[in-house]
Amino acid sequence: MTYRFDDVPGVRQLLDGVKYLADDGIAGVIYLADRLGKPVLIEGPAGTGKTQLAKSVAEMTGARLIRLQCYEGLDEAKALYEWNYKKQLLRIQAEGDDRHWSEIEDDLFSEEFLLARPLLEAIRAVDPVLLLIDEVDRVEVETEALLLEILSDYQVSIPELGTVEATQIPLVFLTSNGTRELSEALKRRCLYLYIDYPDLERERAIVTAKVPDIDQNLADQVTRIVRSVRQLDLKKHPSVSETLDWARTLVLLGVERIDAEVAADTANVLLKYRTDIDKVVKEFADNADELAEGAA
Amino acid sequence: MTVTEQPAARRTPLLDLLNGFVVELRAAGLPVSLTENLDAMEAVTHIPIDDREAFKFALGATLVKHQAHWRAFEVVFEVYFSIRGPEYAIASDGGADDGDGESEDGIGQEGGAPSGGGGGTAALSPEELAEMLFRALMNGNDSLLRALARQAVVRYAGMEPGRPVGGTYYLYRTLRNLDLDGVLDRLMEASRDGAPGDYTTLEERLERDEFRDRIERFKQEIESEIRRRLVADRGVDAMARTLRKPLPEDVDFMHASREEMANLRRALYPLTRKLAARLARKRKHGRRGPLDFRSTMRHSLSYGGVPAEPKFRHPRPSKPEIMVVADISGSVAAFARFTLHLLYAVSNQFSKVRSFVFIDGLDEVTRFLEGAEDIGEAVHRVNTEADVVWVDGHSDYGHAFGVFWERYGREIGPRTTVLILGDARNNYHASQSWILKEVEHKARKVFWLNPEPRAYWDTGDSILGEYANHCDGTYEVRNLRQLEGFVENLV
Repeated sequence: MTYRFDDVPGVRQLLDGVKYLADDGIAGVIYLADRLGKPVLIEGPAGTGKTQLAKSVAEMTGARLIRLQCYEGLDEAKALYEWNYKKQLLRIQAEGDDRHWSEIEDDLFSEEFLLARPLLEAIRAVDPVLLLIDEVDRVEVETEALLLEILSDYQVSIPELGTVEATQIPLVFLTSNGTRELSEALKRRCLYLYIDYPDLERERAIVTAKVPDIDQNLADQVTRIVRSVRQLDLKKHPSVSETLDWARTLVLLGVERIDAEVAADTANVLLKYRTDIDKVVKEFADNADELAEGAA
Repeated sequence: MTVTEQPAARRTPLLDLLNGFVVELRAAGLPVSLTENLDAMEAVTHIPIDDREAFKFALGATLVKHQAHWRAFEVVFEVYFSIRGPEYAIASDGGADDGDGESEDGIGQEGGAPSGGGGGTAALSPEELAEMLFRALMNGNDSLLRALARQAVVRYAGMEPGRPVGGTYYLYRTLRNLDLDGVLDRLMEASRDGAPGDYTTLEERLERDEFRDRIERFKQEIESEIRRRLVADRGVDAMARTLRKPLPEDVDFMHASREEMANLRRALYPLTRKLAARLARKRKHGRRGPLDFRSTMRHSLSYGGVPAEPKFRHPRPSKPEIMVVADISGSVAAFARFTLHLLYAVSNQFSKVRSFVFIDGLDEVTRFLEGAEDIGEAVHRVNTEADVVWVDGHSDYGHAFGVFWERYGREIGPRTTVLILGDARNNYHASQSWILKEVEHKARKVFWLNPEPRAYWDTGDSILGEYANHCDGTYEVRNLRQLEGFVENLV
């Protein structure tokens, strides 16, 4: 069996190549996913690049991305496969009376009348594919069971046709925002990766990579402010994507250095709750009063 | 170089070591299944064994499937694998060996240079050491900081082999000698002097956060150094037992340390969200109601009078009205806070939630908590504005119940569920348990939640037994897991 990656640093370099700056943890888990042939379950706060990671891996391995967006009420017919019932009806009508029913029946439940949905499509694919099951925490616990056969054995059982087995083991990524606890059965079948907010150096590198026009000093300042903001007790902490939005905004506005005023004016890009914005603005202003008193 | 770790540990094959590691993870409360164990075994064969970080992530990805468990995993990992691998070996306390140990991990060139290269950091006077620490923090030189952390532990912790004290004692002794608060002030001053102009507020703050971050990393270095030494001294298994920390959902409310409290608060938010989502879903997917005869007959007309399509009534789940009466005196305040927080998070499952807090007097606090965007803020207002002290600010359940009955007793109806939160330690006041009896008659249910272990009930001034006669149930709720379970059953 051939592997996609040679070693962990190799994975990192490849990811760097598609502008996804990974740390050792992320690269390590992807490397293992390839070696062990296991799906990866990615959890973490919103906007830390979970879905982006799957896309980047697809890009760097040259695989076709097949995406299944989960939602409440997702069922077999939308996730696995469906019989093309209209076509089946037409087939029966076209045949007329001269053929025996059992012959027609064999015809009706053949590949020709099967509509492949994302999961089956990923299993049947002959070209390299990457299956992304996005926001898996949105489906009901019962629906999760649909995924189990695919995740552990890479096969789909269709009663009328038998079992469809994968010709190759595709890379499978599941993402979850953690709105509910996923079942043990699902977790057991996956490698687990938690993507947290990046540390200062990595976030700065991400900002520089994704906002090419940014000045080095400004990037440094942006990430340091974001780090300080994340230490406050807020309803929602700024995510990486919001940091990037903020950095872009500042570049567009032509800001060279951030002072308290600029930060307060543009805070609505970084934070999405009124109370959070007030808190951050106040936090920086409060300090100012203390310092003024200290100086006097 | 001198290696002081047990020779037995060196010879142990990796397999045994991993097994011990998994057993310890399970003992710490992490659910590790057999398949996950096998995955971990396979994963490490693909990882270069001398790459410690990769090794750690390989184990983490296969064994730990829950973010909140990562911290516990890290501690166990440190204990099991910290003294394995050359760069993490313990250099003995002599100066010469210390220098030797440093050059192993490449600190020799960077860290050794300022001190003249010869004897390493061991030959320095305390003042020189402090100066080096200051400069290392100023420049953010991580490898030098690691060397300094080792040196500080050797010098200040005063560790003695076989002495049965915990790591926190050594940590305290080391930090006391280093005076990191003073160092932070000096760093800020130096940084201010070095800047071209005056710092604005924002810059000042950012600079301070940066230094705090570096000092925090330095502290962690010291902590892991102490842990390494303790493990080397006492052996892996003994240390794993000592350092075992409960998972956030198992932390006892009454005995949580400040750090654990902060973790609890952080764990609470996702927990409430999950609970709310689960309860809402449960309701939506609830059973169908009883047969609706009228509607079935009406629809049967379209099938020629054959009731082919039975119709059911919409279920009308009862939404109880909740009255929470919480003791917020010092000993049980945290517990009351968590319970209120959780109840309000799922308050759409109830028709109404009213809350009362007391110490020896009692006050209604519904107005603070209702519609508050930030529950932390609301709880703060409860603590400062509610009028709960009557005489001396020691719990007096009897009097508090008296006030409750007198003022709000009339509003208790057959749909009301009364929750009482407290340890029932009445400071030997009159119990007034007849009030509870009256409340039980009027209300649908009366439950008592006690944050104390069941074994302590009815000892000393706890008179729960007397009150329990008039309650529909008494529950021991010592940690988040139990609290979550109770709230779920309540709905």
